[in-house]
Amino acid sequence: MRTWVSRDGLSTLVFLLPLLVIFGVFSWFPIGRALVMSFQETNLVSPPTWVGLNNFANVLSDPLFGTAVSNTLYFMLLALIFGYPIPLLLAVVMSEARHFKGLYSALAYLPVVIPPVVSVLLWRFFYDASPNGVFNTMLGWVGLGPFPWLQDPGTAMPSIVLEATWAAAGGTVIIYLAALLSVPTELYDAAEVDGASIWNKIWHVTLPHLRGILFITLILQFIATAQLFTEPFLFTGGGPANSTTTVLLLIYHYAFQNSLGGDYGMAAALSVMLAAFLGVFTAVYFWLTRSWSTSS
Amino acid sequence: MMSRLAKRRRRRAPDVERRIVSIADWHRPAIRRTLRTIHGVTLAFLFVVGLGPLLWLAKSAITPTQDTLRTPMALWPHGFDLSFLVTAWTETHIDHYFMNTVWIVVGCWLVQITVATSAAYALSVLRPRFGSLIMALVLATLFVPSIVLLVPLYLTVVNVPFLNISMIDTFWAVWLPAGASAFNIVIMKRFFDSLPREIFEAARVDGAGPFRLFWSIVLPMSRPIVGVVSVFAVIGEWKDYLWPLLVLRNPDLQPLSVRLPTLEPSTQLDIFLAALLISSVIPIALFLIFQRMFLRGSGLSGAIKG
Repeated sequence: MRTWVSRDGLSTLVFLLPLLVIFGVFSWFPIGRALVMSFQETNLVSPPTWVGLNNFANVLSDPLFGTAVSNTLYFMLLALIFGYPIPLLLAVVMSEARHFKGLYSALAYLPVVIPPVVSVLLWRFFYDASPNGVFNTMLGWVGLGPFPWLQDPGTAMPSIVLEATWAAAGGTVIIYLAALLSVPTELYDAAEVDGASIWNKIWHVTLPHLRGILFITLILQFIATAQLFTEPFLFTGGGPANSTTTVLLLIYHYAFQNSLGGDYGMAAALSVMLAAFLGVFTAVYFWLTRSWSTSS
Repeated sequence: MMSRLAKRRRRRAPDVERRIVSIADWHRPAIRRTLRTIHGVTLAFLFVVGLGPLLWLAKSAITPTQDTLRTPMALWPHGFDLSFLVTAWTETHIDHYFMNTVWIVVGCWLVQITVATSAAYALSVLRPRFGSLIMALVLATLFVPSIVLLVPLYLTVVNVPFLNISMIDTFWAVWLPAGASAFNIVIMKRFFDSLPREIFEAARVDGAGPFRLFWSIVLPMSRPIVGVVSVFAVIGEWKDYLWPLLVLRNPDLQPLSVRLPTLEPSTQLDIFLAALLISSVIPIALFLIFQRMFLRGSGLSGAIKG
């Protein structure tokens, strides 16, 4: 096999060329450059100069840095509380359905395909703080509200997370559904012989079987929520009173919203710090859970 | 080939197959009633949450602004008017931005498919000596969060290495980086790996060179996977916001997703909502047509691309 093709090295190179050029210029080179840039003072006018750890020091001493980190962690925590149990619950119920199976999953997945910009702009309208806003009207029917939603520092972040969860949950539901269908039904039969109730079966058969996939979706959700940009950017732009400024918004702010010209070095330094944190976090996570997640 | 597999699987697992609740339990009236209730409630919940916002958008796109503002939950208190959709399409130049989105998506799709099929063919069928090293480098990019790329990629596009040209305010700035998708290459290569080697061997004996083999044998055989990658590529690029916002500063070139937030303050509400509806029609239509593809567990791609 190998001999007849390797003789024709030139055509192999032709087929590899798109990959090498596109990945080289738009992936491998920028990744390396991010590391280099974080130690440089870069603007588009004068050639970059080495500044050591200055960029990192500047980021760390920025009063907004602490705010952005705690906001991002708060966002991740809320996304976990809102977004982690609901898809699992939905998937377990949906996998038991005997009619309209396709309808359940199509409805659950629909928000995922709506462009995020459309969802955010639409939800921003739903979150209208006046008593005539869509959500306030609906809550008014049961005597609640009106709530300020995005306009109050206390409720702005939960409002954003609610929309982000709505937009993303469908994808996780589909992953869980596929995993639920792979649980061998013999295990349920065997559990029944031992007199297991429905709850016993869920707790002792279903969940242990989903353990591997649950660990993976958890870490994927963490990585995704740490990098969320469109939602806070379009909902609030970081306000009110910086209560929704996330790390990503801060990076954007450093690089593209600076009146003095972009501080690309600081933006790169913060990106590298976020990536390093996510990398270390993921590694520790897999190391800690290595013994639990091997079951499936 | 895939559809035959799917059919066989379906036959083996008919609808009445049990899952957590046993067949015997399903025959017990109390349990059946409870389950029916739970399923009814879940279905109603999914209708409200999954379809509700879209239905509201569709309704509001054809009702007057004042109705939408004063009584957002009422059904057509003062009739409806399809003219908002027409006005949005023509007078706010949504048609122009819509076509920008289409051009961007088509170009990105073409680049992604070209890179993924040629690379997968080289790595899976031609197998160059450094193939495994290249594959490892491609896989490594999967583990680098996309945020790391944002600023250096922007600077790369501002001044492309070796060429010293700027791609800012050209569609190339969106098209070319889209090709660097490790996910595409991984699933494409996995599919090519599963193609029977005897066919390649036979084609070679018949005198087919590497190009002929690629064009007349491998590509036609990989239609299913090209379809999957295409649909995900089109929907993914249609949803993109941050990158086109950064590299397309000229409003004439911006896609709908980038224009919509800037249009909002200056546009009448009903027309703006009509514009929102117009920009979600294509991805929703694609989803409804290719539902199977999305709902068969391949939704993982979205999670990974994040």
